[in-house]
Amino acid sequence: MPEWVPVAMTATINGLAIGLLLFVSAVGLTLIFGMMDVLNLAHGGLFLIGAYLVAESPTWTTFAVGLAAATTIGAVAGGALSLATAPLARRPHLDQALLTLGIALVIAEVLSALYGDDVRPANPPPGLDGAVPILGHQYPTYRLAVIGVGVVLALVFYWMVERTKLGALFRASVADRDMVAAIGIDVRFVRVGVLVVGSALAAVAGFLGGPIYNARPGLDSTILVLALVVVVIGGLGSVRGVLLASLLVGQIESTGRALLPSLASFLLFGALAVTIAVKPKGLLR
Amino acid sequence: MSAVPAGLGYARVSLRSGALAAAIAVTLVAAPFYLAPYATTTLTRMLVFGLFAASLDLLVGLIGLPSLGHAAYLGIGAYTAGWLALHGLTSPLALLLAASASALAGLGAGWISVRSSGIFFLILTLAIGEIAEQIAQSWTAVTGGSNGLYGIPAATVGPLTASDVASLYYYVLGGFGVGMAMLWSVSASPLGAALRGIRDNKTRMRALGYESTRYELFAFVLAAAVAGFAGGLLAAQQRLVTPSDLGFTTSALALFAVVIGGSGRLWAACLGAALIIGVRDVAGLTVNGHGPLLLGLLFIAAVYLMPHGIAGLPRRRK
Repeated sequence: MPEWVPVAMTATINGLAIGLLLFVSAVGLTLIFGMMDVLNLAHGGLFLIGAYLVAESPTWTTFAVGLAAATTIGAVAGGALSLATAPLARRPHLDQALLTLGIALVIAEVLSALYGDDVRPANPPPGLDGAVPILGHQYPTYRLAVIGVGVVLALVFYWMVERTKLGALFRASVADRDMVAAIGIDVRFVRVGVLVVGSALAAVAGFLGGPIYNARPGLDSTILVLALVVVVIGGLGSVRGVLLASLLVGQIESTGRALLPSLASFLLFGALAVTIAVKPKGLLR
Repeated sequence: MSAVPAGLGYARVSLRSGALAAAIAVTLVAAPFYLAPYATTTLTRMLVFGLFAASLDLLVGLIGLPSLGHAAYLGIGAYTAGWLALHGLTSPLALLLAASASALAGLGAGWISVRSSGIFFLILTLAIGEIAEQIAQSWTAVTGGSNGLYGIPAATVGPLTASDVASLYYYVLGGFGVGMAMLWSVSASPLGAALRGIRDNKTRMRALGYESTRYELFAFVLAAAVAGFAGGLLAAQQRLVTPSDLGFTTSALALFAVVIGGSGRLWAACLGAALIIGVRDVAGLTVNGHGPLLLGLLFIAAVYLMPHGIAGLPRRRK
């Protein structure tokens, strides 16, 4: 077996883990924007809250409690965001984006006041902190677990959006909100629902991703940008597009960084530029 | 925003605003004589950030393209000027080269970004800005990585060196004047009126034969160039350039400055910038260096309470 095969394989599996995490955090962002025209720039902050929570969770019990806490905090934050942006619904979209930007700044500063500016390493729960051999190379178990959970979440979400009545409502709201309102569905309910679900998913993604990324200041904007790139490449409001784009960006992030570390940022930019030049509305729109 | 596009002639300056501008200019020139050194340094920072915010206002206010990655061009200018100074070029030529480098980067980024508008433009510029920060972090040979460029020699103008508080202030004030004059001359010209027309009614301007994409790209490059010029001043003022100078927070603060001041008026952007530097550097000292926390709260309040910024307050009372 040539020398580069295990390196490439590790990078590919890493990319899969990162891509699935990105999917979980970006799918909320794309639905919130696609359905409600709210660009939620506080999304990265919710991810970071999740990452700090997992840094406090060394055992399985605390891990479970922390995961529940992350979901709850994310959901409550989503509800608060929908309350905060509701009065701005008639104002330009930019105002809502700026409001969430202010909220993002406050979240980042509060977290830095609580946890300091140093990196907080987060360890996977016991039993998942080891490594398993793949093709003769040791690979961290936790990342495989993240891939498993990510696949399940992606499948469940995909099934929900594509096959259930609720998902049909989601898709209809993306396509034509006024028509949804006209056939007698309370769009306010949809608005709150999608913000609660999307924000909870962002916090959960942060919680699951904590042991991979480690909680640190600045992680919020890193994740926000990756998620936004995913949303733009995939096409705003398209769940399938987000899945495709997050797997693609995950591979660029990980294989790019493994093979061409100095060019990785250019690769991400290049992927974005090519997509915008060829399909300005994203891959699947 | 009026529904009728302004006539495409040169804007006229009223006697009153001319007198006000002259009074402000005198106050600024005399500042080191009546301000303590620390206050002068804060004012120097306000001027640099004010010019940077005004360059962003050219995009946000004049042509209606909200950028959340404008710090990339400030940073590229700052790195260029810093690198040149470290290699022996400390004259104002470095400022021009800094502006040129940023203009070139703006040409590349603008070519992609102006294909979109509104929120999409915001997302694209944010992503490009963040990528610029990552490049600054990883291209260690030129940028010094996360340490940045440090020990930058003081700027020189002929035999003069901008090394102490007052001379540095005048150096930055001079640069501020040049940059603002450039922005203002574009804003007041027929070209500026065309940019406003595209902001207010793109379809109509296109029907009149104005190729909007070309104007948008022009505005993007010009805004990048002036931001790069401000970056050159930043390098001379801080004597240090770090990746955070082109990061997300710097971009966000500049957009805050434009919106809090009231977009579409260059002076309002400078006022917003002064307010932000004031809150961050002076009031921030009282909350353990968490000035951005105050800024975030201020900003959340401003979005609800002042939809047209500081410049819109007198209008509302009438």
